[in-house]
Amino acid sequence: MPVDVGPRAGPHPVPVTLTINGMRHDLTIEPRVTLLDALREYANLPGTKKGCDQGTCGACTVLVNGRRIDSCLTLAIMHTGARITTIEGLADGDRLHPMQAAFLEHDGFQCGYCTPGQILSAVALLAEKRPLDDASIREFMSGNICRCGAYKNIVDAVAAAGKQNV
Amino acid sequence: MRPFAYTRTASSSAAVATVTADRDAKFLAGGTNLIDLMKDTVEAPALLVDINALPFGDIVEHRTFVRIGALARMSDTADHPAVVRIAPAVAEALLASASPQLRNAATIGGNLMQRTRCAYFRDVATACNKREPGRGCAAIDGINRQHAVLGGSRDCICVHPSDMAVALLAVDAIVRTRGPRGERSIPIAAFHTLPGDTPQIETVLEHGELIVAVDIPISRLASTSTYVKVRDRASYEFALVSVGAALSVRDGKIADARLGLGGIAPKPWRALASERALIGVAPSAAAFERAAEIAVGGARGYGHNDFKIPLVKRLIVKSLASVAA
Amino acid sequence: MNLVGAPIDRVDGRRKITGTARYAAETPLPGLTYAVMVESTIPAGTIAAVDAAAATRASGVIAVLTYENAPKVEQHKVAGMTDRNLPLLQDRIVRYDRQPVAVVVADTFERATDAASLVRIRYDTSVPALSLAHGSGYHPEHSHGDEPSVYERGNVDAAFAGADVKIDRTYTTPVEHHNPMEPHATVATWDGDVLTVYDATQGVFGTRSRLAVAFGIPPANVRVVCPFVGGGFGSKGSAWAHTVLAAMAARAVKRPVKLVLARPQMFGSVGYRPATIQRVTLGAKRDGTLVSTLHEVRSQTSIFDEFVEPSAELTKMLYAVPNVRTINTVVPLNAATPTFMRAPGESSGSFALESAMDELAYAVGLDPLEVRLRNHADSDPSKQLPFSSKSLRECYSVGAERFGWSRRVPRARSMRDGGLLVGMGVASATYPTNRSAASALVRLSSDGTAHVFAGTQDLGTGAYTVFSQVAAEELGIPVSSVRFELGDTNFPMGPVSGGSQTTASVGNAVSVAARSARDRAIGLALGDPQSSLHGHDADAIDVRDGRIFLRDRPDVGDTYAAILGRHPQGEIEERGDARPGDEKTAFSMHAFGAQFAEVRVDPELGTVRVVKMVGAFASGRILNAKTARSQYLGGMVWGLSMALHEITRTDARSGRIMNANLADYLVPVNKDVPSDFEAYIVPEDDPNVNPLGVKGIGEIGIVGAAAAIANAVYHATGTRVRDLPIQPEKLV
Ligand SMILES: Cc1cc2nc3c(=O)[nH]c(=O)nc-3n(C[C@H](O)[C@H](O)[C@H](O)COP(=O)(O)OP(=O)(O)OC[C@H]3O[C@@H](n4cnc5c(N)ncnc54)[C@H](O)[C@@H]3O)c2cc1C
Ligand code: FES
Ligand code: FES
Repeated sequence: MPVDVGPRAGPHPVPVTLTINGMRHDLTIEPRVTLLDALREYANLPGTKKGCDQGTCGACTVLVNGRRIDSCLTLAIMHTGARITTIEGLADGDRLHPMQAAFLEHDGFQCGYCTPGQILSAVALLAEKRPLDDASIREFMSGNICRCGAYKNIVDAVAAAGKQNV
Repeated sequence: MRPFAYTRTASSSAAVATVTADRDAKFLAGGTNLIDLMKDTVEAPALLVDINALPFGDIVEHRTFVRIGALARMSDTADHPAVVRIAPAVAEALLASASPQLRNAATIGGNLMQRTRCAYFRDVATACNKREPGRGCAAIDGINRQHAVLGGSRDCICVHPSDMAVALLAVDAIVRTRGPRGERSIPIAAFHTLPGDTPQIETVLEHGELIVAVDIPISRLASTSTYVKVRDRASYEFALVSVGAALSVRDGKIADARLGLGGIAPKPWRALASERALIGVAPSAAAFERAAEIAVGGARGYGHNDFKIPLVKRLIVKSLASVAA
Repeated sequence: MNLVGAPIDRVDGRRKITGTARYAAETPLPGLTYAVMVESTIPAGTIAAVDAAAATRASGVIAVLTYENAPKVEQHKVAGMTDRNLPLLQDRIVRYDRQPVAVVVADTFERATDAASLVRIRYDTSVPALSLAHGSGYHPEHSHGDEPSVYERGNVDAAFAGADVKIDRTYTTPVEHHNPMEPHATVATWDGDVLTVYDATQGVFGTRSRLAVAFGIPPANVRVVCPFVGGGFGSKGSAWAHTVLAAMAARAVKRPVKLVLARPQMFGSVGYRPATIQRVTLGAKRDGTLVSTLHEVRSQTSIFDEFVEPSAELTKMLYAVPNVRTINTVVPLNAATPTFMRAPGESSGSFALESAMDELAYAVGLDPLEVRLRNHADSDPSKQLPFSSKSLRECYSVGAERFGWSRRVPRARSMRDGGLLVGMGVASATYPTNRSAASALVRLSSDGTAHVFAGTQDLGTGAYTVFSQVAAEELGIPVSSVRFELGDTNFPMGPVSGGSQTTASVGNAVSVAARSARDRAIGLALGDPQSSLHGHDADAIDVRDGRIFLRDRPDVGDTYAAILGRHPQGEIEERGDARPGDEKTAFSMHAFGAQFAEVRVDPELGTVRVVKMVGAFASGRILNAKTARSQYLGGMVWGLSMALHEITRTDARSGRIMNANLADYLVPVNKDVPSDFEAYIVPEDDPNVNPLGVKGIGEIGIVGAAAAIANAVYHATGTRVRDLPIQPEKLV
């Protein structure tokens, strides 16, 4: 049996290639750089927010291969080869993604800092085919804290976008 | 975060060998606990072995058991029809854990290995015997609302944070591992250890030993199981107290029972004596209350957490009543 | 003018939902370096020794600043309600746990963070003052603004002694931390003696003057920029240590520096709502009318600065009580300096007063709403002035109707839903209308658009949107033709966005500026022989959709675009200044509201879930019904949070905050907020308060909400929780 362990990377900066919103990003970063910091500090994509860096708020939510995760508790180097979607990649040029449009129409945000995470989480919620009743939306949107307290409008936005989807 | 080197592998024997060979190496699965603790400098491995490429991501239903791969994600496990049917408590516990985003990243193996949320453990400016053996436990006379009322020691009164592990107690799950000395199967109740005077030791695993799967035997008992969790917030919060319970009733008598308790002890707590007391008696409020009373025999509060004792008793009664119904 | 303005979508919304809104930490600057603060781990003592060797050696580290080598700056504030004394690495004294004691600068965030963890500091500890209940306090000069900290009208002791019914209770509220989702962040860069700071702040001008004081440079040498701020709630109303330290570090390393607080540091040096111990006594007649109210407030401050939580201010004016005494005592502790937090005083104070009113209702056997009506103050009994407007009765009735208050069975613990106890509670809300001087600049261009500038902030409150609406309305152009810019000290001066004063202050300035730009454009047309309006009378003119025309003959007109196209500069600029008039001497100005809450309580587990909340608020003219509703709803979520979730837990031995993260410091998640959750706008025409007729909306939503929930919990369970938050252990 061949030795199956890949080469050791780091601790010094190493080349890491990420595919973000369909674009290739060649970064040189230490293995300890989180996916969130790779986006914000190295790939010039600060749309993804850092609210806590501890997995406790959901502001850093991104889609990895279509699934939502908190990008602050994962390393960028773990995601070479994955398809990463951030808020910057959601709209189609000037055409907003229906979830973005719904957030705007329903005033699903105030300060806007939790918003990219909320929107990506909501997009994933629809993809997960969760029931779209009020209780289910509330439960499955509970990984995104909104300190401004826009929850009611967020639920309305998700429900409205969900209706369009089907 | 301290600097470290990173490697990944698709071979479990290579993963085991690499970590076994290096005291400062650790497996990296979802990262939701390990990376968090590394940021707090509570953990500082020099080498991370990313195991996400190992072939342990599947959930497969066999004739007598369902096998949940160690790398199955909490979300997929919670949604899996076989898990929902064979061990509803496990699905419920997972759904009541963390958040959708965290459950998409976090794995079953990592969930069993996650470390306590004790604030003193996580804050390197304070005293914690688990983090630094011999330094003392600041929680005992400190803010201990989240802490243990059972199974603690003079050195540590932390609680184990996993919801799923409590539910696994109610369904007789078996943890399958592969280590430097081969493979073994460990009943879930024997997997975690109590702090005693070595609170830094939390499970029976050896360094380098890898969880490969969790097996849940198919049984009528397990299929009745349920999980209930009390917390301050309606979601996205660890348990104040929780109960994983299963009952089977034959001819009006309780034939078998499982009772796992969470949020009250340094390990997922199996209330064996309560289970025994239930067997052979008719399900009734009185029987459940007696079982609850037995479960907290020897419990002690440390001030802020005194309320957990009556709370867990009431939750036991409630959940037994609901599985009996 | 409409009392309720068009509910248009936020004009800055698109940037927020596409991720292109740039918050302070996201300012790209070439050569940027990263600074990380090291905080003390003891509450009181002195630094005995600093070992920065390992940190200095770590790769990528550019500088380690401690009291031993930090450049000299001014730690003391000069003046101003929002200015603070700051710990700026100038001495070895430790005054509170989590005080900044070092700053590490490195080339990447990871390296700066790591090196910060390597700085070793040895302390000589001294005995800290940590107890609010037992510490010795004093009466500050003022409780708030010019208000004396000890106030009495009538004779409370005599009235209370003779009262038929007496309530005498003590209520406590814990330390709470604002925790906006955007952590405080500063990017600082120097060009010679000129400092530019991109800061997450509620007041660019306040931050500018504090920085100027710290570095001893003229304010004109400091530019502060903040186009977006990810929530503040008061915590970003003052310039705190990290902002100065970022600038200090940038000067030391001669490169731009970014300093972002980690979430646990949000519990360190950026303020919090102090804990309070409040005694309230109510003396009443059998019929529920109050004869006396005493409200004693004990709150904490730091040992190096003073902040008073003005919890008893509302007690002076909310009800028509002849005899009232309020007393504020502050107790200096080895803790950071507290600060304004969403409805400072009104939120904590209304929990006490409105809980006590509920206790009174049960004591006299009246509906809690009725007790409030019987004590309604038709004019302000403390200032002895009429209210500029007051629609509290309407709020009670609209709220009660929408909530379904009539469903409530009076007796406590008398309503059930299956195994759960049902409870309903009510409370009054009030918040003063504040206003400061502000200015704005309007530039009308030959393309028919207006560019408006004001040195104010939008914390998510809707400022961008409503000011665009105000400008559009005054100018007679569509909102889409207005580009509004804010958050820059290069723009005309605006006040701190606090005290719910932004709209009343800046809105009126925008209105003045836009009107004078319009009038000037009209003047240009009337005086321009090339215009069809040439020679007409200004009084005969109307403006709509960018077109100026004769009211009686709409076909005769001219457009802004054409008028300015003929103007030599192609554009005109007008500045508007607005300041409070003498309305304060003629009127008492407050917004009012009513809060209703319904809860389900599990009698065995003690868990409380709010299942319905209704707020009804009257705050003068509402410029945008959509963003205003969001403000109210957000405030109500804060009330729910205050009632059930929020508490900062400090270890009584070490003075260390032990839940400094968002897993242990709880704020509501989506599931905690019920779907039955609504805020109603009670229309109110207030010609007296200010020219726009607006009162504040940002804070009143939290006022009374915690009390309404606590009152509902009492109604459900028969257990009165006087100590927030209401958690299971207090009910089982
Ligand atoms: C904000 C927050 C809230 C949470 N709430 C809850 C909750 O309510 N209930 C709950 O139960 N949990 C909760 N969690 C914890 C979460 O479930 C765990 O972090 C997660 O399950 C860990 O899995 P992981 O794959 O990410 O593990 P990792 O972080 O990758 O690893 C954790 C540890 O396990 C070891 N490890 C991982 N896989 C294996 C393996 N196969 N064999 C041997 N060792 C292994 C690693 O070396 C490491 O030491 C929460 C977490 C966060 C951050
Ligand atoms: S920043 Fe990742 S969860 Fe808060
Ligand atoms: S919009 Fe401000 S935190 Fe959600």
